[in-house]
Amino acid sequence: MSPATLTAPLVLAADPLLDGAIGPGIVGIVLIKVVMAFILLLVSVMLMVWFERKLIADMHNRIGPAEAGPFGILQTLADGIKLFFKEDLIPDRADRVVFKLAPYLSLVPAFLVFSIVPIGGDFSGDGTVTWFGETTYLQVADPPVGVLFFLALSSVAVYGVMLAGWSSGSKYPLLGSVRASAQMISYEAALGLAIATVFLTSGSLSTHEIVARQVSGSWNVLATGVVPFLVFLLAGTAELNRPPFDLVEAEQELVGGFHTEYSSLRFSLFFLAEFMNVITMSAIAVTLFLGGPAGPILTDTLGWVWPVFWFSLKVFVFLFCFVWLRATLPRLRYDQLMDLGWKVLIPVALGWFLLIATMNVADDLGWPMVPVVLVGVAVLVAGAALLTGAIQKARGDALADLVDEGLEG
Amino acid sequence: MGYFQGFAVTFRKLFEKRVTTSYPREKRAKPDRLHGRHVLNRYEDGMEKCIGCELCAGVCPANCIYVRGADNPEDAPVSPGERYGFVFEINYLRCIHCDLCVEACPTEAITETKLFEFSFTNRSDAIYTKAELLVDAETGRPRQLPWEDWREGEDEMTSAWMRATSPSGDVTYSGRVAWSAELGYGVRAPEVGQAGDGDDGEVDGGSA
Repeated sequence: MSPATLTAPLVLAADPLLDGAIGPGIVGIVLIKVVMAFILLLVSVMLMVWFERKLIADMHNRIGPAEAGPFGILQTLADGIKLFFKEDLIPDRADRVVFKLAPYLSLVPAFLVFSIVPIGGDFSGDGTVTWFGETTYLQVADPPVGVLFFLALSSVAVYGVMLAGWSSGSKYPLLGSVRASAQMISYEAALGLAIATVFLTSGSLSTHEIVARQVSGSWNVLATGVVPFLVFLLAGTAELNRPPFDLVEAEQELVGGFHTEYSSLRFSLFFLAEFMNVITMSAIAVTLFLGGPAGPILTDTLGWVWPVFWFSLKVFVFLFCFVWLRATLPRLRYDQLMDLGWKVLIPVALGWFLLIATMNVADDLGWPMVPVVLVGVAVLVAGAALLTGAIQKARGDALADLVDEGLEG
Repeated sequence: MGYFQGFAVTFRKLFEKRVTTSYPREKRAKPDRLHGRHVLNRYEDGMEKCIGCELCAGVCPANCIYVRGADNPEDAPVSPGERYGFVFEINYLRCIHCDLCVEACPTEAITETKLFEFSFTNRSDAIYTKAELLVDAETGRPRQLPWEDWREGEDEMTSAWMRATSPSGDVTYSGRVAWSAELGYGVRAPEVGQAGDGDDGEVDGGSA
């Protein structure tokens, strides 16, 4: 292979670090970034579990964990150590290989998603930081397919949940995992459509590019007209199996859901993945809609800290809201969940996506914007009316069938 | 917008004062009538009040009391009456602290202290015998065993529940002093708030 092909690794990533010859120093920086992201994620999961327990306790007028360390901050560590020493059980009727594999199918995607999130970098310039004389992005990788990578991995995570329930050889986990896969797959459609709207306004799949566009223009939450953001939040919460969409683990109905039969370290892997997903989903929401690390840089010394700070602050707001949701809302019924996904979120996300696409095309072709938008909205309203009509007709028919059956029987 | 009011409620709770106390380090004052570990009382002259009638054992729903009466030795009587409690045992692995024994006792011999923080490392420690239950012959205070966590003032109000109830549940006798004196304390006054204690005339059922 000639040196020329080595100097053009754009297929892998657009990070300026990888332009030019790759020496041991650059490999070292990449390694540092990987290890840093790994540790950062683990520590933040630890803090997140503590934060959730503490905050929800406050919202319940309780105290929450208070014994391990100051303010109980080491509670997660204590729980982790305890889980580590618990007996590792595999049910007799379990499919042993799949049973052992499933937790990793949950955990690994949760880790990998975080690698495409830009957590810092001065985006008033080109969004880079300089370490040891090398210029690089403050994210582990910036593949050109960035957000698709996220969607792909969140689909793989469904396998973790699905296979865990299936391989347990027990009925509650199976019910939980059937629910989980139905829920995660149906909400992923809405999630994907909401994200697709972001692609339209940003014109790129790379997370770095998406953030850079938002810094020069307006944040995507406004550029896409708020609706995709709301759809993303709802669908994201459902995708994470967080309350009020936590039917997968509905304790009152399914014991523990898909991880009922798991114990010890394997259980803690699921637990870890769950909370890690909360953090990465928040990070992805911040990246896609709220400008990622964008924010004013207030001091010149240690200027690179500010973007990281703004990023963490935005993620923190999301984490707070996730806990707030859990403290406030009761769980949805399963048919309500499916209705919300298929009859509300997907049509809304699709309609909005089409509207934005129409506006982009109109802009390109130089059509007058106002009539285009009016016609677009009229078409959407007509579509919505048709959909509600169809739903009501179907409901009426089902009711009539029930009445008929009642009369016959 | 009723749907969103819930969010305001949970958010407001963040700033409300907590009522939780961090228990083992910080302990609340116990209510006067708390049902705790039993004591067997003595009269002021040091005689035991228990007459071995076994009413407490009969009434006990948990079957945790074992009593055997015996005739008082004529040269050295243990209690003022004919008989006395020769064996008296309470199994604290079974006791539910309902205080029915205290209500059943005709001589106010068995009452309850406010101590509930005690634990044992073997079953025989859980069975309190007469030697452990009987108040000290000098001071009239409960005996304190090594595994019991007594705190200041807890050994004083050993008969509050007994004094709170009126004889036969008749409200006319509420607050009337109808109980015998105890070693170390004398005749105890009725509870604050009841007629007869001189502090409060609000409840006048006892003045009839």
